[in-house]
Amino acid sequence: MACSATAKIIHNPLVFSSSRSAEKYESCCKISGRSSLGSKFLGKKLLSAKSAISPASRRSGAVVAVSSDIVKEKKVKSGSSAASNLLITKEEGLVLYEDMYLGRAFEDMCAQMYYRGKMFGFVHLYNGQEAVSTGFIKLLKQEDCVVSTYRDHVHSLSKGVPARQVMSELFGKTTGCCRGQGGSMHMFSKEHNVLGGFAFIGEGIPVATGAAFTSKYKREVLKEDCDEVTLAFFGDGTCNNGQFFECLNMAALWKLPIVFVVENNLWAIGMSHLRSTSDPQIWKKGPAFGMPGVHVDGMDVLKVREVAQEAIGRARRGEGPTLVECETYRFRGHSLADPDELRDPAEKARYATRDPITALKKYLFENNLANEAELKAVDKKIDEIIEDSVEFADASPVPARNQLLENVFADPRGFGIGPDGKYRCEDPKFTEGTAQV
Amino acid sequence: MAAAILHGVGATTPLSSVKYNNSRRSLPGSGITERKRASFVIQCYGSLSSGLNIGINRAVKLSTNAVATKQDSVTASTPSKPGHELLLFEALREGLEEEMERDPWVCVMGEDVGHYGGSYKVTKGLADKYGDLRVLDTPIAENSFTGMGIGAAMTGLRPIVEGMNMGFLLLAFNQISNNCGMLHYTSGGQFKIPIVIRGPGGVGRQLGAEHSQRLESYFQSIPGIQMVACSTPYNAKGLMKAAIRSDNPVILFEHVLLYNLKERIPDEEYVLSLEESEMVRTGDHVTILTYSRMRYHVMQAAKTLVNKGYDPEVIDIRSLKPFDLHTIGNSVKKTHRVVIVEECMRTGGIGASLTASINEHFHDYLDAPIVCLSSQDVPTPYAGTLEDWTVVQPAQIVAAVEQLCR
Repeated sequence: MACSATAKIIHNPLVFSSSRSAEKYESCCKISGRSSLGSKFLGKKLLSAKSAISPASRRSGAVVAVSSDIVKEKKVKSGSSAASNLLITKEEGLVLYEDMYLGRAFEDMCAQMYYRGKMFGFVHLYNGQEAVSTGFIKLLKQEDCVVSTYRDHVHSLSKGVPARQVMSELFGKTTGCCRGQGGSMHMFSKEHNVLGGFAFIGEGIPVATGAAFTSKYKREVLKEDCDEVTLAFFGDGTCNNGQFFECLNMAALWKLPIVFVVENNLWAIGMSHLRSTSDPQIWKKGPAFGMPGVHVDGMDVLKVREVAQEAIGRARRGEGPTLVECETYRFRGHSLADPDELRDPAEKARYATRDPITALKKYLFENNLANEAELKAVDKKIDEIIEDSVEFADASPVPARNQLLENVFADPRGFGIGPDGKYRCEDPKFTEGTAQV
Repeated sequence: MAAAILHGVGATTPLSSVKYNNSRRSLPGSGITERKRASFVIQCYGSLSSGLNIGINRAVKLSTNAVATKQDSVTASTPSKPGHELLLFEALREGLEEEMERDPWVCVMGEDVGHYGGSYKVTKGLADKYGDLRVLDTPIAENSFTGMGIGAAMTGLRPIVEGMNMGFLLLAFNQISNNCGMLHYTSGGQFKIPIVIRGPGGVGRQLGAEHSQRLESYFQSIPGIQMVACSTPYNAKGLMKAAIRSDNPVILFEHVLLYNLKERIPDEEYVLSLEESEMVRTGDHVTILTYSRMRYHVMQAAKTLVNKGYDPEVIDIRSLKPFDLHTIGNSVKKTHRVVIVEECMRTGGIGASLTASINEHFHDYLDAPIVCLSSQDVPTPYAGTLEDWTVVQPAQIVAAVEQLCR
């Protein structure tokens, strides 16, 4: 195995060692707000004095870009000449901005619609975490697969599922991406290779591992020219689940083309990551299984994108999986039913100042990649798309009775043979949804 | 139906090759059995053809029929036995290999399926032939590798996931219930999951409680899956092939004690229907419904019953979910009495569901309440004597039929 477990930790070790108290961890978080990985590349521009770094943390030293050698090497190689200091072009910047704004605006609209009684059940919003979705998914091809858990609206949007289809699905209409049968927690798209959307955490990781297995199978058994990659997104809570570890093992064992992306937003509903995890540094668990483990500032889309590029590249080249821990935060509660009373308002305020969209905007302005007017135009365009998606969803029909039994089996003969000797699915009442099955 | 004929011929061999410590086993009958065999061929063929008038693509049915047509002429004299003889686990392997040969997207995953050849030798030699990726040795992580099989199935592969013992699949219940059964529906029909999950289950020879479980009763409520149980080399191969070709997720239940059954099966390719049951012996007095290993206890009891003058009709239901209500219904309409013999526990087993189903559909045709003989609601004990008492024995079946037909 090429990757070594010696990660270079460039921060004050004292701060990280005492992970028990939330208070201490808060100061860790402050520190982790500044990444030296970023500072060399993005100049100091992305993280200007505006970030709420208190004098205390500044004293404790910068960073927290922990990464295993592979990413570190790349960092050294690219250098930081002033001429190619920028990580993105104007076009790329606008794409990133648009995608993040789409995610944010969509989720805000979801909240509105939920409170107006247009959607029900458990709805988990992604506000604040957009950098992770955009940073990773915008590097993918259509054939690449994305697997998520229940906080999946934005992953689907980033992958290319039209906002109309996602909104319709949330409204439970038949024009939704899953014909209204999945709902908020089950976004699927065959066209865009979004493999869900799962209600139980950890459940999607084996599915993602399977998709990566298919990619490897196509390459090695069927001898096709296949370099499709799968991304599995899940949270900090999932990282204590058996399926996570089992899949890290299998993916590393068979060098599957997969990237495990941990969206560590520190909270699993009301359970703080620190209270549930013996060693809260999730990135460390990668090398234990023989894959690189990387920690990245998940509030900074450019840093995420950089790490993503490397991890996805590794997977495409057949070098195996990577575990990427993105330190991020959700601005809203766990779901729309969560009163969100447990989290410290100071913590929320701190992360609010690191809003990924604001940060990117700032970067674009300061590097003359875009101006106010252009971004406003993007905002307007997205707002119109969102409005349109709501109108479309509103106008769409609810599923008819005959849809009830249609997709239970891919082959409807699975409903069996009825007393009259005919297959049940041949019963005309079957399509009406009134057949006895 | 070729199945019937061959089964008639082969029926003698399985009982003699199974090493039961059961001294109550009687030797195969003679004259009566021979005549019965000839007659039931025709009847079975008849019941088969009644199901043929269906618009749906019945390619599967046609192949079975084709074999039957060929064999039908050979009924009277069977000196030159066509086909080849093999054991049940070999039949499973043959079916699996044929499908892997036919379709390069078919692959196997499970513990010890590759280099070890499978703990019951069902995948022996396949890894040498197809490589380590197509016959994948997995780490011991049922939940995850079953989920991996599901993800692979969603993206185009047709995996067969082996549970070394069915009981181990309890660890995969999460994936089987939530993903295997549900994802086709939850995704609005976008992703199909053509996975086959198979493995040996049932009460064996003093294997202890955990290795003697009958998972069909736990899985039966999961929407979106099909369950079949094989019981002879002939139907094992046919069901294996059908399960692999099916676009639905199928759970194929094998039985630990049946792997060494020997039978002669056709050389020609055949695929059986996943939804149909198998008429083992036609009769008039009582319908005995069974599956998997209990079929042999039933056939043993049937011999005793025939000697006592009864005429039981024995149906191996094969399809545990969904039930073949056509064959079962026709039988109930004829005999008006039903005995169900199963290995599941009394509570919530396949027998319980079948009883409810028959009562619901054929209540008017019953002359007596349905008798359901199931295993005791106990964790299977290790001691041989206790173990024997947990499952239904032929003597109990005979007694139940006598009681019912009084």
